[in-house]
Amino acid sequence: MKKALLFALVLALAVAMPVFAGGGAESSSSASSDTITIAFIGNTTGDYAMYGVPVRNSVVMFFEQLNAAGGINGKQINLLEYDDKADPTETVNAYNLAKSKGATAVFGSVLTGATVALSDVTYDDNMPQITASATSPKVTVMDPDDPNSEVKTNVFRACFLDPFQGEKMAQYASSKYGAKTAAIFYENGSDYSEAIVQGFESQIEACGIKVVAKEAFATGDVDYKAQMTNIAAANPDVVIMPIYYGEAGLAITALRAAGCKAKVIGGDGFGSVKDYASAADLEGTVYMSGYAPGTESVAQFEADYKAKFGTDVPNMFAPLAWDASLLLAEGLKAAEAKGLAAGSAEYKQAVIDAIKGMDAFEGITGSYTFNETNDPIKSVAIIKISGGSELFDEFF
Amino acid sequence: MTFSLLIAQLINGLQTGSVYALVALGYSMVYGIIKLLNFAHGDIIMVGAYMVYYAIASFALPPIVAVILAVGVSTLLGVTVEKVAYTPLRSAPRLSLLITAIGVSFLLENGAQLVFGADQKSMDPMVTGSISMGGISVSYAAIVTIVVSVIAMVVLTIVVNRTKIGKAMRAVSEDMGAAQLMGISLNRTISMTFAIGSALAGIGSVLYLCAYPQASPTMGSMLGIKAFVAAVLGGIGSIPGAMIGGFVIGVLEALVAAAGFSMWKDAAVFLILIIVLVFKPTGILGKKIQEKV
Repeated sequence: MKKALLFALVLALAVAMPVFAGGGAESSSSASSDTITIAFIGNTTGDYAMYGVPVRNSVVMFFEQLNAAGGINGKQINLLEYDDKADPTETVNAYNLAKSKGATAVFGSVLTGATVALSDVTYDDNMPQITASATSPKVTVMDPDDPNSEVKTNVFRACFLDPFQGEKMAQYASSKYGAKTAAIFYENGSDYSEAIVQGFESQIEACGIKVVAKEAFATGDVDYKAQMTNIAAANPDVVIMPIYYGEAGLAITALRAAGCKAKVIGGDGFGSVKDYASAADLEGTVYMSGYAPGTESVAQFEADYKAKFGTDVPNMFAPLAWDASLLLAEGLKAAEAKGLAAGSAEYKQAVIDAIKGMDAFEGITGSYTFNETNDPIKSVAIIKISGGSELFDEFF
Repeated sequence: MTFSLLIAQLINGLQTGSVYALVALGYSMVYGIIKLLNFAHGDIIMVGAYMVYYAIASFALPPIVAVILAVGVSTLLGVTVEKVAYTPLRSAPRLSLLITAIGVSFLLENGAQLVFGADQKSMDPMVTGSISMGGISVSYAAIVTIVVSVIAMVVLTIVVNRTKIGKAMRAVSEDMGAAQLMGISLNRTISMTFAIGSALAGIGSVLYLCAYPQASPTMGSMLGIKAFVAAVLGGIGSIPGAMIGGFVIGVLEALVAAAGFSMWKDAAVFLILIIVLVFKPTGILGKKIQEKV
């Protein structure tokens, strides 16, 4: 009898709990006439936290600075933080919680899987969403294989997609090197590598480039001598290598050993390739990067980041997250300027419209314009390797 | 394809094949003696390669010290693996031994990730430069690799055919029990076989780094499997067979890539394995086995 009573009491409490919690959220959103509530969702713990933590740090730092400078339209930004552990289910739970607390825009998530799950639910609510780092086409398009697929109009990203890098490589080869012939060396079976190759090949006709050799290697293979001998024999103007730094070092060493002097162009996987081949072999190699470390545009960011978190900017995720925050803040500003009420459907649409309408908006990693699938048409940072160091050359 | 391109590709193939041949020799010797496919053999090369890397890149020791260190550590590791993992199982079914070998391979690979880290370690090439012969440029690294592996095979043949320990090895491989009755120490002979095979793996690791100056924890697995194919192709248990098998596999890979099918390189190698096992399981130089009914 006593046990049953206790059970009933516990049950009653459990039922009442969410009501209390809901009541709390209600009061915070009703007090929001002078605050704007947004949510950050990302994996700050777990296996891939090395990507999520820098993103979270940049977002927190951005909105703290914004609040310190007076906020937007005199209103402070109330940033809710949720850790989704890169688990799509947690991401969606976090989003529902954020929505119940009156969030009017969402920043996240960090990895592709979680971000796609998030974009599916935000699209139903037309909730403005931006990600710094998820590169899959699925984030903004329902079915990337279908050219007429529905676009998730409310979702934006600050990073460029893999095929886009390939397109830029073709344009760079043609306009900077006057290349007429190219060789491609890629990793067979790697989504990253093949997506860049596909982007490159889509542009070669327009750029007047002929592919004279296309060679590949299997993941884990280190013997590239035979492929490089073929490439050297085809005597191309440029060699395109959409592969990661370790293999890239071996490939460039083998290419030079085969006697080929062609310019090498790499993708953003080339970062720190300088440690994987000799300075002489690498001289003049360029690669596409998401941001330009050590340049004027990011200097302030890098100094602030170090001062606040005690570490150097670890990777390109941090500056991209800063840019994504900047884009989101611009959207909020536009909605505030229209005098709309935060959290309303019109407000959300105004944020989306403002981000969509950006024309060469300057961030710290490049300038932003969004195409029909909400992917940024962005300048890439060209990093040139000279004397054994990787130096920012120009935006392209 | 022009003639000079063909020659260049053949030299590429011979260089790769030399490394395969050295590893295949280790496979073949161990198989010849205790009928064990020592799948940990490729990973011994990996450990040897890390020794060379640390000696040269971290401690700036002269290359000759690095070579001695690599060969020494590989030999020691090979003998230790034999004593710890294989000796207690000598009378166990051969399948247990095979599974243990795979286990040792995993232990070495994952242990290396723990100790050395999971990323590749890159070093400056040890042998640089090339000479031009009739319009074909041949790197010194290729010449050194081919010459060293041929010398290694000649020395090994002399050891097996002309010395006392070689005689003991042949006797043990012929009939373990009878050899023991003749006063041959089984333990000593088997350990010696592992020591020689692992020393060859140590030399192989140095030659490997001449060709691809990077060490990584999993570098031994594919290398080991391809060397195994080479040993089977040449006739497992046969020393000249292992050498021929290594060169054939290396040249085949280079020619497949030269013909423009670089993504089919591995497939071609394993196709060879299937063809050999179906049509001539004893390999090119293998002994004929008479099935006893």
